[in-house]
Amino acid sequence: MSTIEIDGLHKSFGKLEVLRGIDLSVEPGEVVCVIGPSGSGKSTLLRCVNLLEEPTSGTIRVAGAEVTDPDVDIDAVRRGIGMVFQQFNLFGHLTVRENVTIAQRRVLKRGKAEANRIASENLDRVGLSDKADSYPAQLSGGQQQRVAIARALAMDPRLMLFDEPTSALDPELVGEVLAVMRGLAADGMTMLVVTHEMAFAREVASRVVFMDAGVIVEQGPPAQVFGRPREERTREFLHRVLEPTRVSEAELRD
Amino acid sequence: MKLTPRRRRRLFRVAGYVVFALVIVGVAAAADWGRLSDAFLRSDVARSMFPEAITVALRNTIAYTLLAFAFGLTMGLVLALMRLSTILPYRWFATAYIELFRGLPSLLVLFMVGYGVPLAFPDREIPGGVYGSVTVGLGLTAAAYMAETLRAGIQAVPKGQLEAARTLGMSHPRAMISIVLPQAFRIVIPPLTNEIILLTKDTSLVYVLGVTSSTIELTKFAGDALNQRVNPTPLVVAGLLYLVITLPLSQVVRGLERRAARER
Repeated sequence: MSTIEIDGLHKSFGKLEVLRGIDLSVEPGEVVCVIGPSGSGKSTLLRCVNLLEEPTSGTIRVAGAEVTDPDVDIDAVRRGIGMVFQQFNLFGHLTVRENVTIAQRRVLKRGKAEANRIASENLDRVGLSDKADSYPAQLSGGQQQRVAIARALAMDPRLMLFDEPTSALDPELVGEVLAVMRGLAADGMTMLVVTHEMAFAREVASRVVFMDAGVIVEQGPPAQVFGRPREERTREFLHRVLEPTRVSEAELRD
Repeated sequence: MKLTPRRRRRLFRVAGYVVFALVIVGVAAAADWGRLSDAFLRSDVARSMFPEAITVALRNTIAYTLLAFAFGLTMGLVLALMRLSTILPYRWFATAYIELFRGLPSLLVLFMVGYGVPLAFPDREIPGGVYGSVTVGLGLTAAAYMAETLRAGIQAVPKGQLEAARTLGMSHPRAMISIVLPQAFRIVIPPLTNEIILLTKDTSLVYVLGVTSSTIELTKFAGDALNQRVNPTPLVVAGLLYLVITLPLSQVVRGLERRAARER
């Protein structure tokens, strides 16, 4: 059974059609990186998987449960899907430890001791056990994002969604977050990652999906998508992203 | 000597201080200090007001304020959540309520609760006597203001907070209670403290309900003392006692605003 199965997904915001028919499946243990220009619908696709956005049409299954079924217990489905946001979204009124335990306590009904133990394990895993009593505002962006990852992991998800997890970080803090993600991938976590970090996608992804204008233009192993892209649009995008200093003025006219 | 821009600025500054000092000195010289202190600062009159000024009047003023505030805050929270509800009639009701009670004078509402309602329903009464009537009479108006404050506070919590909570499997009510409302309350503490200050002053309207010697509050207490002694000193005493309540609160607001500014 695929971890994610998306069939004929469409999503419109008013008249603007952001996703125009997406078919995608993610197998257990796969790390799928979604790349593409801004406005191509990558984030919307990700947000449809746990129903932060309601699809206009199409079906999405996560581990067999149909997310798009109106009768689905969405809270139960979301428990199995961790999500990491571009803006971290740590709970500012809670300490790091409380950030990682609150959903364990309130949603999974774990006891305090157990929740704290699991929080410690996960904070340790992201290298922040010494920050358990700090408040998010006292941490750097990279540290906050690592706490956000620990918070999601504490719920024992079978799938992790990453929505441009390093885009809001100062350049020197990107590496620490990517390191944690690389560790997760190595441990066999199923991951769907929207990212602009091409080096990460090339190195860690089992599959790279290139999206543009609401459709999947091409997908395949990173060596193929980065090394021998089949589609002109993919080549054009990669050229602009990977060699920004080589973009000539003549290219801007078309 | 040429008037350079710098000299000119300095000159205007000095002139500003001089004008201020002259006005103060002029007023002080013109005032009849003996008469003023005889009228407003008679220590025997002031002394005769104690201890009741504190044990009864100040105590009741604080009690009325806290009761009306608790009622208004509870009702304001319900109204704020109704205003943000996806159910249209709830939004209508909350909006209509807020517009109505923000537009009415507190005194009119107090009359309505204290006299209008008892006349209409003679067989029922608001529990708690004057305390009950004040709680409702002042609380209804306060609720309208606090509802708007709380709504703004809830909307000031970034949308990502709710999304993150929902993503962790929390239901919408659970996410509101555990994540959004605690942060919203932090944001609205300064404006809510202002609301307490306004309520404290509005308790001076309570005398229209016909208070007794045990339910009397500061303003009525001072007014009675003024009539009895034919001397305005009690008004000064009452004024000082109000400041005992409101000045620390203003200080709290200022401190919280400074802290909020630092955290941003």
